[in-house]
Amino acid sequence: MATSGTTLPNAGPVTGSRSFLSRLRDGDEIARLITMVFAATVVLITLLLVYELWSNSALARTKFGLHFFVTQVWDPVIDQYGALPFMYGTLVTSALALLIAVPLGIGAAIFLAELAPPRTSDTLQFFIDLLAAVPSVIYGLLGVFIIVPLMRTVIFPGLNKPLGFLPFFKGPSYGVGFLTAGIVLAIMVIPYIISVSREVLLSVPRDQREAALALGSTRWESTWKVVVPFAKTGILGSIFLALARALGETMAVTMVIGNTPTISASLFSPGDSIASVIANQFTEATGDLYLQALVELGLVLFLMTFILNGLARLLIVVTTQRGSGVPV
Amino acid sequence: MKRIAVLVAGVLALGAMGWADNALLINGAGATFPYPIYSKWFDEYHKKNPNIQFNYQSVGSGAGIKQTTEGTVDFGATDGPMNDDQLKNFQDKRGSAILHFPTVLGADVPTYNVPGVSGALNFTPEVLAGIFLGKITKWNDPAIAGANKGVNLPANDIIVVHRSDGSGTTYIWTDYLSKVSDEWKSKVSKGTSVNWPVGLGGKGNEGVTGLIKQTPNSMGYVELIYAAQNNIPYGAVKNSSGNFVKADLAGVSAAAAGAAKEIPDDFRVSITNAPGKNAYPISSFTWLLIPQKFQDAGKREAVKGFLKWMLTDGQNYAEALSYAKLPKEIVEKEKKAINNIQ
Repeated sequence: MATSGTTLPNAGPVTGSRSFLSRLRDGDEIARLITMVFAATVVLITLLLVYELWSNSALARTKFGLHFFVTQVWDPVIDQYGALPFMYGTLVTSALALLIAVPLGIGAAIFLAELAPPRTSDTLQFFIDLLAAVPSVIYGLLGVFIIVPLMRTVIFPGLNKPLGFLPFFKGPSYGVGFLTAGIVLAIMVIPYIISVSREVLLSVPRDQREAALALGSTRWESTWKVVVPFAKTGILGSIFLALARALGETMAVTMVIGNTPTISASLFSPGDSIASVIANQFTEATGDLYLQALVELGLVLFLMTFILNGLARLLIVVTTQRGSGVPV
Repeated sequence: MKRIAVLVAGVLALGAMGWADNALLINGAGATFPYPIYSKWFDEYHKKNPNIQFNYQSVGSGAGIKQTTEGTVDFGATDGPMNDDQLKNFQDKRGSAILHFPTVLGADVPTYNVPGVSGALNFTPEVLAGIFLGKITKWNDPAIAGANKGVNLPANDIIVVHRSDGSGTTYIWTDYLSKVSDEWKSKVSKGTSVNWPVGLGGKGNEGVTGLIKQTPNSMGYVELIYAAQNNIPYGAVKNSSGNFVKADLAGVSAAAAGAAKEIPDDFRVSITNAPGKNAYPISSFTWLLIPQKFQDAGKREAVKGFLKWMLTDGQNYAEALSYAKLPKEIVEKEKKAINNIQ
């Protein structure tokens, strides 16, 4: 802090009154420009990505138009392509993953941040960070060797017998399928939810807790009614991070989803996802239309991520306005 | 710190040696299936001709065709021959023709996991097509039982497993089914990826094998090399002469020899369901794609020299790596075709 003698740390309102040159001399302006360029690259990369996906799928877009989104056939032999089963698979597996991972992840985060002794919390956090760094192919192998046989021999019969009248639990089960992919994805995203949520919960000011306790609430009441609502925005953020990861996950999903483009209400049915089909077919895709249809799938995935992220932002805005009392 | 410095210096020195090596670099890209033998060949050939260095990237047949057509590599490699549209596209873009050179042969084998069945099962073409079309659904179907007298087949549903990734293995399998079943030909046809009527997809030979091992009553197809190297049991297939043949390298070469008479001059031919008493019916060539015209005379002579070596001495490396050798008839025909490269 070379300039600490002349400028306040909170330089915001002061900047206007100082000349550009003096700011340049202080280094503020240079730092601002450099960091601004860095920030701009993010926007630039996103725009480039969209441009590439858009221009390299022109052939497929003009040929299939909006039918691409409602066609179920994917047949490289007769050059007929539709994205619907892949979009369905991506959405269903991601939704299942969140359904499993969110309660588990947030529950674990609350324990680590609020209830566990600090030493236990830190040790566990170390393992959680480790889990987040495991490559996805390892989770895929875990799925293939442990979850797939478990699904076929234990979970499917267990759910099919009492609940088989529901379309969700209809057979047959091959072990691979939507639910298996959802479970593997859940295992993969739980560390993200725990890690981020724990940090957010830990950063809730101490006086919030003390105030609740002073008003006579129990430990759990202070956690559930004060601390968690205070940290809600951050926790939602961790969920969206997890969703983004689940939507785009490729390798682990390919290994356990069954790679069959089907739309079925049954969670035990094999399916396929956008990321998975691109990874499977891109290298051997001959023919311009085939390649472009795969690129268009990439564009669809990008749009889905974009829209879901937008909805997520909206959700944050709406819920915070309704006043859990947290201005962000 | 000192040790690191020495290491860095060593790496730099090695790099410098690499740069100083003025070998003529010839780049290729394409099929993954023949990659083990191609890398062996290019390595051996470089030892014999230190001034020539081949660099091959196994990016897949489709990418190989694309990169060769765009001229980003000097030659390509593919598991399925280029179709007429692709040939025309190459002609339009590069202003010359592209030549196919068969290098070695591969085969697909039917593999399965049927509880209680330990020996090799026999498959007729009708059974294979029926199973993959979803028409034969039980292991004790009379069509399967008829070809496997004395085997106790269970009354369980057959679970079909196929490749989920685009692959030359799938091309050979579907090409064979298209030849033996009109219904398959009209409904599904052949390709590196097809719209499968039934079944689960596994990524790569290992993915298919993994699914079959884990799923009782399943069946699928893998490359002969993969099955042989990993001791995966596989069945015999009835060939066009009516014999049940369990795939081995000799049977695959026999298929190529049986088809040799009808091989066109451009070598773009499928040898599935080939005639011959011992011919294994689900076999195929894999090809190098060589442009007919080279701008660079040095590269042209290097490629021609390599092709000649590959057809003679190079073939001796094939069987150790579980590839079937080219039969004599094909080798002679290819030697003549090398002269077309200008």
